[in-house]
This record gives sequence, structure tokens and C-alpha cells, in this order.
Amino acid sequence: MKLAGFFLLPAGWLIVISAVVLFPQTASRAIFVFAGVSMEGIGLGLCFRAARVARESSE
Amino acid sequence: MLSTCSLLIVLVPLAAVGLALINTGFGRARGAAHAMLSSLAAMAIAAIVYALVGFSWEGFPGCPAHQFVLGGTSWNWLANEPFLMRGFEWNDSPTTLAMLLQIFTVGIAALIPISTGADRWRMRSTCISTVLLAGWSYPLFAHWVWGGGWLAQLGSDFHLGHGFLDAGGAGTIQALGGLSALAIMWILGPRRGKYPAEGGIAAIPGHNMVYVLFGCALIVPGWIALNSAGAMLFIGAPISHIPLIAATTLLSASASCLAAVAVTHIRFGKPDASLCANGWLGGLVASSAICCFVTPLEAILVGLVAGILVTAAVEVLEVHLAMDDPGGAISVHAVAGIWGLLAVGIFPHIRDGIAPLQLGAFGNSGQFLAQVVGIATLLGFILPMVYGLNWLLNRIDSQRVERRGERQGMDLYELGGGAYPEFVIRGDE
Repeated sequence: MKLAGFFLLPAGWLIVISAVVLFPQTASRAIFVFAGVSMEGIGLGLCFRAARVARESSE
Repeated sequence: MLSTCSLLIVLVPLAAVGLALINTGFGRARGAAHAMLSSLAAMAIAAIVYALVGFSWEGFPGCPAHQFVLGGTSWNWLANEPFLMRGFEWNDSPTTLAMLLQIFTVGIAALIPISTGADRWRMRSTCISTVLLAGWSYPLFAHWVWGGGWLAQLGSDFHLGHGFLDAGGAGTIQALGGLSALAIMWILGPRRGKYPAEGGIAAIPGHNMVYVLFGCALIVPGWIALNSAGAMLFIGAPISHIPLIAATTLLSASASCLAAVAVTHIRFGKPDASLCANGWLGGLVASSAICCFVTPLEAILVGLVAGILVTAAVEVLEVHLAMDDPGGAISVHAVAGIWGLLAVGIFPHIRDGIAPLQLGAFGNSGQFLAQVVGIATLLGFILPMVYGLNWLLNRIDSQRVERRGERQGMDLYELGGGAYPEFVIRGDE
């Protein structure tokens, strides 16, 4: 789970960068930037969840 | 103007001293000397490593840099200055002052994770982790923002406002330090006894709230100096903007502290000293981004939101996500820092002449998006990188102290003596 989270974080960032480079129009650029940030949010959530599961299983 | 800037920079270490006191106060009594010495060692290492290596990778706008071309645009990603300060001229130029300022600010960034790792982070690991932060993570992101890197050029290259703006280091110093603290917390895990096996959460209060609150007061002049010097050196603010910067900094901190007082009073029936201190700090952190871009009234609004966010984030992290962050550094520095960066895009007064930006010709259109791209870079690139570096370090040499050391206390275990020897009750007394 942690690995998936740490995969999604840079993946979301690459979507953000790609949106800035590929879409000159404000609307489509903004949509893809926020899609990338949302993916980062999911990645961050997975990392937090993984840390909690690891702590609970070590008890 | 530059002599004023020099004087301001000399005040910046007060911010570091305040943070060190706050870190110490939030920890246990049996780790107080360890926390203070770790802070001093981290500041010393950060200054040396940054001066010898870090600044070469950060550089300054217009310096030789490593670049690559993608999508028809040249991406400036790393400076190419000589190492060990070879050929560096010590004079009163903005480049020299920027380096001097950052010798102090990289130390501030290094202090932030020490708060999160309180009572369980070895001093040796703290020092090595600081080398990584001051020698690589901080200079890399600072180059992108302040050294003429690709984030600073989002305005000229992609018509996103004035590019990513961060006058006083809400992203470069605070959010980077806060995200490093998050990585350290994931690696170290909680203090023993914080989350008992039988369920619930044990309260481990800070050992000296007076240190914490005195640190909050001491930090203010340092923070005003940091924001003013940063705005002058990195944004080009004229000296006439210092009163505005001082006012927005103090108003944001005040509003944030009062918001924390109100929230904790509503939640717990009484104001909570540690959360109110966190609120005060959160307001200062948010002010670093907005200090020269908003009106005083807007600074109060930003501070109010920062205070609510910080108190909520502390509870969410500790209770719902089971993350043990003794000083609330992640909530204060990462959450409030990111909020401040967003606020720059929400309150774009750059066009109104309140801020003195003479960059780019694209107005404020896209400024919010430029700030979001910067925040996405912090979360999507810097956080995994910092975690990866510290994870590797942990594989080579465990960063967490042994069980015996944690039980005995960091002072006795790592330093051989406590911070308060007179407080020890001996058998013959």
C-alpha cells in the first residue's frame, strides 16, 4: 500500500507538469492540474493508511 | 537598501532560536538537553553544508545552470556554480546577501523535523539527515523557486501569472521542512506508549509550556526580518514595503492564534496552550508566503484560516491517522505553509501596486494555477524524494533509538547527563 502511495505521488506530479506543457488553454490545463493534484491526494492518503496499518500490525 | 537588508538578516537567527526553544518545550524533560543540542548541531551542519555544497546547486537568477529542453521549453533545474565557495565574492551584492540569509534559513528548515522526531530520533541520524536536507533537498527546491529555476519561470514560459511566488519561504523553508518532518515520522513511528495496545491514545504533554510560549514571542522579530529580507531579495520589494510586511506578518500570527484560542475553547471548554502556540506559529508560517502580496485585512483572514487549519490538522493527525507529532510540526509548517502559498493565488494584489513585482507581463492570470503547480511539486516530487533519502539512511543505520534509550531518556542515553540534574530525586534525599 505504501509503495502504491509513493507511486501515485510522483505520477500525480507528472500529470500536473504534462498539463502545463501540453495544454495552453486555461480550462483544460486547470482540469488536468487538479486531476494530478487529486492523484497526489490519493497517494498521500494511501501512505498515511499504510503507516497506520504497519503500526497496528506491529503491536 | 542593502545595508537595511543586512541588518534584517542578522535578526533572522532569532527565528531559529525560538523554534529550538519550542521544540525543546514540546518534548519530555528527560530529552530536553538532547533536543537543544540536536537543534544546535543541525543549525551548524546546515550552515556549513549549505555554504560548501548547497549554494552551488541553488545558485541565483542568471547563474550558469543545468537545463534540458522539453515541449520546446528550456527547463532550468539545477545551478552549476563552483563548489566550496570557489570564486564567490563576499560583498554587499544581493547574491551575497541571499546566500547569507539562506545560511540561516536552511538551519530553520533543518530544525522542523527535530520537533517531530522528539524523544526517539538519534542525534547521529539527525545530523546525517540534515546533511541531505542542506546539501540537496533544500538547494534543489530553492533553485526552482528563488534561483531562477523552472517554477520561477512558469510566468514567462507558460503564462502562469508571475510564476510560483514565495516571498518569505513558506514553501522553500517551511513546507519543505514540514514534509521532511512527515517523512521522518513515517520512518520513526510513534513514541512508545503513545498508542497503547489496549487502545486509546496516551497524552504525553510537553514538559515546559513556558519554553514554548517564550519561543513563540522570541520568534516574531526573527520572522518579520525573514519575511522582509526574503521579499527584498527574492521578490524585489522596495524598502518602503517593510512596514506592510511587518504588519501582515504580525496580524496573520495574531489572527491565527486567536482562531486557535476560539477553536480549542469551543472543542475542549478551555483554551489549550500548546495548540494556541501552534496557531501562532501557523499564522507566521502562512504569512511568509503572503507578506507582501495582501492587505492587512486579508492577512487577518489568512491567519484566521491558518489557525483553524492547524488545530484541525493536529487533531486529525494524532487521533484519526495515529501519527505521533509531539510539536505539531507537520500541521504548523506543512499545512499552514501550503495554505499560505495557495492564499497568494487567492488574493492576487500584485497588479494593484500593493506588491512591487515587475516580473513578467502576464498580470495575475494563472497565478493561482502557478501556486498549485508549486504545491504539487512539493507533494509529488520533494516529499517522495526526501522520504526515499531518509528511508535509505534508515536501512544503513537505524534512525530510531533503541528501546532502552527511549525508556531511559535521550539525555542520559545519548549525552550521559540530564538537562535538569537538580530535579532528580535520589534515594538518600
